[in-house]
Amino acid sequence: MEPLIKIKDLTLGYDREPVLHKVNLEIFEKDFVGVIGPNGGGKTTLLKAVLGLLAPMSGKIIFRKDINKQKKPIGYLPQVKHIDRNFPITVFEVVRSGAIMQSPADITNAEIRKRVEDLLVEMGISHIRNKAIGELSGGQMQRVFLCRALLSDPKVLILDEPDTFVDNHFEGELYEKLKQLNKEKAIILVSHDVGTISSYVKTIACVNGELHYHPDNIITQDQLNSYNCPIKLITHGEIPHTVLKHHHQHE
Amino acid sequence: MSNFIDLFSYAFFQKAFLAAVFASISCGIVGSYIVARRIVFISGGITHASFGGIGLAFLMGFNPLVGAVIFAVGAALGIQFFTKVARVREDSSIAIFWSFGMALGIIFVFMTPGYTPNLMSYLFGNILTVTISELWWMFILNVVVILFFSVFFRKILYIAFDEEFARAAGLPVSLFNYLTITLVALTVVLNIRVVGIILILSLLTIPQAAANLFTKDFKHLLILSSVFAFIGTLAGLFISYFMDIPSGATIIFTLVVMFGLLRLYKQFFR
Repeated sequence: MEPLIKIKDLTLGYDREPVLHKVNLEIFEKDFVGVIGPNGGGKTTLLKAVLGLLAPMSGKIIFRKDINKQKKPIGYLPQVKHIDRNFPITVFEVVRSGAIMQSPADITNAEIRKRVEDLLVEMGISHIRNKAIGELSGGQMQRVFLCRALLSDPKVLILDEPDTFVDNHFEGELYEKLKQLNKEKAIILVSHDVGTISSYVKTIACVNGELHYHPDNIITQDQLNSYNCPIKLITHGEIPHTVLKHHHQHE
Repeated sequence: MSNFIDLFSYAFFQKAFLAAVFASISCGIVGSYIVARRIVFISGGITHASFGGIGLAFLMGFNPLVGAVIFAVGAALGIQFFTKVARVREDSSIAIFWSFGMALGIIFVFMTPGYTPNLMSYLFGNILTVTISELWWMFILNVVVILFFSVFFRKILYIAFDEEFARAAGLPVSLFNYLTITLVALTVVLNIRVVGIILILSLLTIPQAAANLFTKDFKHLLILSSVFAFIGTLAGLFISYFMDIPSGATIIFTLVVMFGLLRLYKQFFR
């Protein structure tokens, strides 16, 4: 099977200072990859490269032919903290911006409007469609940006730390939603929250200068160690957990 | 009341009225973009840099507005270039162009032999002395601004709101940024005659702040800002005429008072 995205020997960085070395990763249909790692480890850098915002220093990213910016772009949900909450824009327009590159030849304005309305209903936020973006709660914001990412019906959905500023209730809802979406879309989920994502994702990519791919959703002690601080998971009752062997290191 | 009506029979007042209309529309639209995008400080830099062009025009004896356009567009593109390519911090690039333009202007004006009669009207504006040819230029600017913002409305809005998303979607973001900042420069310069270099920033921000009290929809913001700008400019024009005080400063004063009243109204009645 041809991968949707194939990352090959990719080295990334800023000002000739590499952040990520020789990364290899393949994303297939219906994958659900959790990308974890410490801050500054290169998670966001990797995302930027996949989104075409950062040119590789070496190596390449190959997209399957049916993924292209005009017709089937990659759906992207940014970190909400980068959004200017005082910007004068309504919920409807934010979601509408997901079709920014769709040409009138492919889809009419009325069709886009219909899709926006449907998505708003589906996400349960149709009643706030005319509200300003600054009036929303964290959970509502997240839903709005998820709608925007889904508007172009992408094959691949990338989410950058979607669990920040969101209450626990919506976090559960969000992951349930992602599970549904995963039936027809590949999902790449970047998170600093090791514990929560691992039960939903199918595979894990551990990014810290390099990328270690784990073809199962199991957290290892090593992954926790890469946070460079002692981690303790605290919960009521029982949590299913697994501890696995160390990464095998190159060199 | 008949005093008001009579005023409109004077050619100078008809021109001032048209200037108020044109300035309100272009500043209302472009100012909304500036405020939403948080580039008020860049616009200030562009405005003040244009003084260098006015000084040069005085010295060399050509139309000061032409000099101002060259310096304003130069500063607009220069600030973008310094920030994006030469990696100078944005606020520092702005300060450099801002003060360098003013400095050049002062040197050029000093070197100009004799008295420079119109200098004050460029610094502080005088809507009552706007000429026919300046009105034509303001009219053309309005056509360009309205066309640009209607044709590319959504692209402009989406880039301003989330540049990274627009870039990831494949929009030519840098091209749009250069085009819009050029339009900002042209708007600033062609409206200098109304309120002057020192005060033009207020026409680009105060009506927008007032409009922003009542709407968070970008399209409505463009329209309401233009309406508020027009009310403030026209009221200021009347007051300055009847009290015989400088028009530019009076227009700004009126705009600020109007903003204050609207803010209070919102506090107590909405």
